[in-house]
Amino acid sequence: MNKIVERLQNGIIKENPTFVLMLGMCPTLAVTTSAINGLGMGLSTTVVLVMSNLMISLLRHIIPDRVRVPAFIVIVASFVTIVQFLVQGFIPSLYSALGIYIPLIVVNCIILGRAESYASKNPVIPSIFDGLGMGLGFTVGLTSIGIVREILGAGQIFGFQILPLADAATGKAGYTPITIFVLAPGAFFVLAFLIALMNVIRANAEKKGKHITPATGCLAGDCESCGMGSCSGKSNVSVAKAETKTEAKDKE
Amino acid sequence: MKELLLILVASAIVNNVVLSQFLGLCPFLGVSKKIETAAGMGGAIIFVITISSFVTGLIYKFILEPTGFSYLQTIVFILVIAALVQFVEMFLKKQIPALYRSLGVYLPLITTNCAVLGIALKNVTKGYNILEGVINGFGTAVGFTIAIVIMAGIREKIEFNDIPKPFKGSAIVVVTAGLMAIAFFGFSGIIK
Repeated sequence: MNKIVERLQNGIIKENPTFVLMLGMCPTLAVTTSAINGLGMGLSTTVVLVMSNLMISLLRHIIPDRVRVPAFIVIVASFVTIVQFLVQGFIPSLYSALGIYIPLIVVNCIILGRAESYASKNPVIPSIFDGLGMGLGFTVGLTSIGIVREILGAGQIFGFQILPLADAATGKAGYTPITIFVLAPGAFFVLAFLIALMNVIRANAEKKGKHITPATGCLAGDCESCGMGSCSGKSNVSVAKAETKTEAKDKE
Repeated sequence: MKELLLILVASAIVNNVVLSQFLGLCPFLGVSKKIETAAGMGGAIIFVITISSFVTGLIYKFILEPTGFSYLQTIVFILVIAALVQFVEMFLKKQIPALYRSLGVYLPLITTNCAVLGIALKNVTKGYNILEGVINGFGTAVGFTIAIVIMAGIREKIEFNDIPKPFKGSAIVVVTAGLMAIAFFGFSGIIK
């Protein structure tokens, strides 16, 4: 029981994939134009994550170590396909809003990351709750980013008008939506402020002697942890190599 | 001919893959510290996406569609792309060592890239034939290269600027990406 609570807490708070680990930025930026899209994407990812963690944990003694990554990918891709058809069949409006980003759950760093670092080494029950915790953490992250963008960009939350809009024609005072926040550039700006905020929180916690798990993934300049890069294991080294090479050339 | 040109311009500039679709963000943020490495990454991406759009197009058209297994596209595409990148790497190493020296180090990074899978899936959803798919893939990759090289140029300049402390590191890079996205918005009226 303790293990379950610990796993849920770990996924939602301590190692929240969006706020703390900063993983899966591609869907985070693309689908958070509104709170409901963020929620839909988060829940779809959660389903895939729970099912793939369950399956991989069950098969952890059967899959040979050398072919584990392709095997994980096939398992994840199968569940993504199932989720894609379920969403398409039952929530067509969400399907058309999320579009290509649903099949792209396959390459989300969080899913293969959990398979590799947790589910392939732990028993079934904790693995399920690890997936559930991480998935809910991701859902919370996406939904809150979606809420911020929806309020700033349209004055709404989940489609309800929260801030009364100004009307120039009748001279009514009110909120003028900053439309750019629901467009592509707004996603970058919200993310930038989120990173800066986390930097401040981290620095403060560090001063008090508390430690927050550092960000991983692309934002920390570590391309290795994105999806399948973790399989080849050489990607990080190769970037370093490329960079030292150009530096050497600069010196000449 | 005119349609192919339209696809090329639309995929390279109007719907820029990084700045408006957020695909391939990882190398865009991670490998954009220097113009040279950024250009190398761009070259590798052009190479891989063009080949993979061709191969996945062939597989969809001649294997998945006739046998009625088109619902397996996600699984098949991702495996094909992963195998293809490995194969391209081995082939370049043996046959064209000069090209391998300039692009080789970036190839393992690309398997992971959601842009490659994204383009393969997009070609299917948009119903492109193989030639249109290859043009779309090539254009998208060129768009990626344009974006990452500009980004690297800006990053080389802002490196020595006085940036507020919380924004140091990746935050300022993301702000820059946002400003670039606004600039690329200017192209959005070109193609309806």
